[in-house]
Parts: sequence; structure tokens; C-alpha cells
Amino acid sequence: MIKIKEIRFHGRAGQGVVTAADILAMAAFQAGKYSQAFPFFGVERRGAPVTAFARISDDFIRLRSQIYYPDYIVVQDATLLDIIDVAKGLKKDGKAIINTEKKPEELNINTDAEVYTVNATKIALDILGVPIVNTLMLGAFAAITKEVSLEALQQAIEKRFPPKLAEKNARAVEVMYKSLED
Amino acid sequence: MVTLGGHIKETGSTTKTKTGGWRTFKPVIHMDKCVDCGCCWIFCPDMSILRKDGEYSVDLEYCKGCGICSRECPTGAIEMVLEEK
Amino acid sequence: MATDVIHGSKAVAEAVKLCDVDVIAAYPITPQTRISESLAKFAATGAIRAEYIKVESEHSAMSACIGASATGARTFTATSSQGLAYMFELLFVASGMRLPIVMANANRALSAPLNIWNDQQDSVSARDCGWIQIYVETNQEALDSVIQAYRISENHEILIPSMVCLDGYVLTHTMEPVDIPEQDLIEKYLPPFKPALSLDPDSPITLGAFANPSTYMEFRYEQQKAIERSFKAIEAAGKEYGKLTGREYGLLEEYNLDDAEIVLITMGSLAGTVKETLASLNDRRIGLLRVRAFRPFPKDDVRRLLKDVDKVAVIEKDISVGLGEGALFSEIKSSLYGLDSQPSMAGFIAGLGGRDVTPEDIAGVVKKVEKGFEGTGWVGLK
Repeated sequence: MIKIKEIRFHGRAGQGVVTAADILAMAAFQAGKYSQAFPFFGVERRGAPVTAFARISDDFIRLRSQIYYPDYIVVQDATLLDIIDVAKGLKKDGKAIINTEKKPEELNINTDAEVYTVNATKIALDILGVPIVNTLMLGAFAAITKEVSLEALQQAIEKRFPPKLAEKNARAVEVMYKSLED
Repeated sequence: MVTLGGHIKETGSTTKTKTGGWRTFKPVIHMDKCVDCGCCWIFCPDMSILRKDGEYSVDLEYCKGCGICSRECPTGAIEMVLEEK
Repeated sequence: MATDVIHGSKAVAEAVKLCDVDVIAAYPITPQTRISESLAKFAATGAIRAEYIKVESEHSAMSACIGASATGARTFTATSSQGLAYMFELLFVASGMRLPIVMANANRALSAPLNIWNDQQDSVSARDCGWIQIYVETNQEALDSVIQAYRISENHEILIPSMVCLDGYVLTHTMEPVDIPEQDLIEKYLPPFKPALSLDPDSPITLGAFANPSTYMEFRYEQQKAIERSFKAIEAAGKEYGKLTGREYGLLEEYNLDDAEIVLITMGSLAGTVKETLASLNDRRIGLLRVRAFRPFPKDDVRRLLKDVDKVAVIEKDISVGLGEGALFSEIKSSLYGLDSQPSMAGFIAGLGGRDVTPEDIAGVVKKVEKGFEGTGWVGLK
């Protein structure tokens, strides 16, 4: 059986959660992998919790169900931790990446997996001028999991966004990535 | 005949259906009361009122005897008469 | 050939672009909207030369397609759910007038209750409208099937409109790798549309006029004969396409059927999850038959493939309320009618209104059927 890496994104509508999953799929494909990304829309309203999914594999991905036992979770908005069990089903050897100023041990998150926290909002405000963290969280994802390279991520961003926005995002992602390099 | 999608290539083929035979009453035009307003000619659904130089007649090959011309005539110049067959 | 990671909606739009369509008339509806958006953008930027007719409803969209197709234009539309329902009467007009229109339907549940998510009730409910219906598993197949649909529908032996059904969200909103064939390759595959009939002021004809009880039945009979001829045309179109692209298609897809004692049957994207589940169960006694052509329904092939099987289990995203089973299950049963050794049969309703169907659900169906379950059941019902 082929090994599929499964990633679940959590955020709120309007924060580019679905775009994050799409960009990750594009980046993985750029790097020679097969990939898949899809959203789950609940109520289509700004601010409502949104989940998006991505899969990465060495072979074409036939599986179409949602992701219940992710290898990784990416949480764009830590306020979701009080509302939903973002870590539900997260594999024990998986990783959770959460956007917050707090340290992992300060968070109320129900998991045995490794928890990483990054202050993506700060970098977003510094470089992008808006608190949109989706691409930054991908930078953190790349640095922490090594599932995609920084270059592949930047290429996908350049493909997805218009030039000016792409340049800013590519730069922001690099800052995030480098800040997490050992 | 069963043609592709029921298409009909021959134009004007409905003229083959002589609807005059459906009639019970036929319109009779009294030209002495006619004011040449053209209402019967306009309203006839089968184009069976024939108008030429102010003179009106009925094309009995196609007139179904519906009586719309008689109803619409403002001077009562068109009488519907039971047709003896 | 360029491979890209794209949404199912984009894959459909790219196919339409490759087919050099003359007229597009579509009305946006979730989850189809991105198809009509992409095509409108193509038309606005000159990427395609098609006339994009903006209409005020799906009823008008299909009406415009009928009118355009009747003048000899290659036409396309796309819709979903309520939109397809609103088109319903025109679906019969299009097929009855034998116009080779191609449509993409983003499969979505019907109201009420209001639900924008995926099931296949919409197109399954339109199965008797005289259209060819192809259900696809992947975004790649969505693109490939739209192209093949023109070749099948426009064949003068057939002249039946085609509906390419792709699961809403599960495909329309999913990004995955898709090969987009080169334009010249598709030009080789799909010659310019030569209409069998066309409205022309210089030599007028009447289309869609009138048939009284003395002729109407014969028109329906002719439609049935024409769609029967499409069995061969669908297979030939799929084979020829395979020669050019390496991706071959047929009426049915057989997966692990050779030694299968238990055969699962489904349509559309759910087949992927079933394949993945079967791969993890790793049991050669269990196979999958994916029905790609639901209309015309390949009864004889189904019968041939299932005649020596012990157990058959259909999993489908639709229900005929009042009969208590899905339409596919009914067709499968009818295909196997009168066999000397009929397999035991079970039909499962799953995934209505976007309820997720997981590998665990599929494994559960297998387990149930192994234990001897027959008749109808529901998957994941709370």
C-alpha cells in the first residue's frame, strides 16, 4: 500500500485556509510528488471555522474521504482551540503547528503529538501589512516537517498569486522558514 | 414519417391541412355595414379573412368557423351562419 | 502535454477550451460556479472564440443551447442540482430534437432541506431524459470525458446529448494533478462539428414541431436505437482517446475482478475511496466494478462480468424514495434477472447530502456482505 501523508488545516473563513491547502498541493507537485487538496465548507460566512485538507504521496491519490487521522495539523487561528478539538485524531508521531504568541505548554490542546507554536501574525503584520498567515504557516510547515522545500513553496506561491503579492508572500515565507531552521 | 428529431424539411407544409372542414358556422360579411377598419383581418387566427382594395372575403378552405372575426367586428357586419352540409 | 495541479472545475473548463466550442450558455450555481466563471473569463479574454451567452436561469441556459445547437453550433453548458432540475423539461427537448449538446453536471444534493454538498440524486433523477450520462472518478477523467462526449454525441449515427457528471466539491473543488493535452492532439481527435441538421434562413426547416399519437412512439423508438448505437461509440471514443493520450476509457471500469467473489459497484469519485480500501484489505476475492456509463446502461456487460460472482454490493449516492433503494441497484438487479446462478445482492445508500464516505464505511459494507447481508441498507446513518 502506498504511504500518504495527510495534513489538516484549521482556520476561519476569510483567512485563506483553503488557499493554504491548495498551495501546499501545488508545492508538493512542483517537487515531483502527487498531491491533492480539498476544502470542507460549513456555513459560508466570514469568521466561521473552516477546515481544508491536503494529501501528499509518491503515487496518484485515489482516496477521497476527509482526513480523520492526520499526520500534521496546521492551525491558523489559536482562538479555535477553545471551540473545536483541532487535534482530534492527530497521529501520536504527528505534529501540530499553531499560530500563537504562546508557548506549546501554555496551550490547552489535547494531543500526545509534538506541538509547535509560531508567531505568524507578527511576521505577517511586519511584511505583508495584514494579519493573513496562510502562506506563513506553510513556511513553518515546510521548516518543521521537511515535507516540502522552501523553494517549491515559493514557486507555488508565485504561480498562485499576482506578482506583487507573490513577491511579498515569498519573502514572508522565507523569513518564517529561516527563523525555524536549526 | 419519422425524421431525425422530427424535423420537417418542406416549408409551408401546414397549408396541406385544410381546416375548413372543421367548421360548423361560417362567417358571412355584410359589406354594407363594413367600415374597412381591418379588425377581422387582424384578429383572425388562421389568416382566413382576405382583404383586397377595401373588399373583404373569407377563405373557406381554412376558416375553422371560430367566430372571432364576428366578435371583434365593431359594426356587427359579420354574421355567423350555420352551415348546411 | 502539460501537467498541472488544478480543480475539477478548471479541468472541465480546459476541456471545453480544447474542444473549440462555438456557444456557451450557463448560469452559475454552487458547486458548478467555477466552471462557468472560468469559461466566462476565457471568453472575455479571447482565450476561446466561443460566444458566451449570459442567461437569467438554467431553463434559459438549456434553451439557448438548444437554439444554438439547432443552428449547427457546438454548444456547452454546465449546471448542478436545482439548476438541472430547473432544466428538466428542456433536457427532453434537447434529446428529442437529437441535438449533440454537451453538459457538465456538478453532482449535488437537492432541496429540501437546502444542501449544497455532493450526492448524485440530481443527474440520477434525470436518467430517463434521453441523454448519455458519464460519471467520472477523477479530475483527469472529467477533462477527458468532456472531450470524448463531443465525439460521441456528434457522431451522425448517434446525435444524442451528453452529460458528464462529476461529484460536486469532491472533484469540482479538489486540486489534483491533471494532464492537459495539446490543442493539436485534440484537433486530430475531434474534427470540427458537422451538424446533421441546421436552421438556416436560406433553406428553412422546422425543428421540434409536432408528433401525434400516430408517430410519437416511433420517435422514442428511434432515440432508443440511437443511444444503443452509442455503446460502441463510447467504447471506440475511449479507445481512440487512449491511443492519443495513454488514457483509455470504456463503459465500465473493472478493478481486481479476475478472481473476485465479492464485487462492489459504484459510480463517480467514490470508486477511488473503494479502490484504496480494497488495496488496504489486500484480498483478491474482492473487486470493484465502476459504472462509467449510466446511460446507456451496459446491461449485457454487467451481466457477463457478474454472472459467476457470489455476492454483489452496490454503493450509491442517490435514493428512489418510495422504492427504498438507489437507481443503480435497481439497474444492476434488472441486468442480472433470470441468471441461473444469481449472485446475492445488496444495495447501500451512502453519502447523501455530502455525508463523508470513509474507507471504514466501505470496509463495513464488505464485512456485512461477507456475513451474508442481502437487500438494502444505509451507510453511516445516524
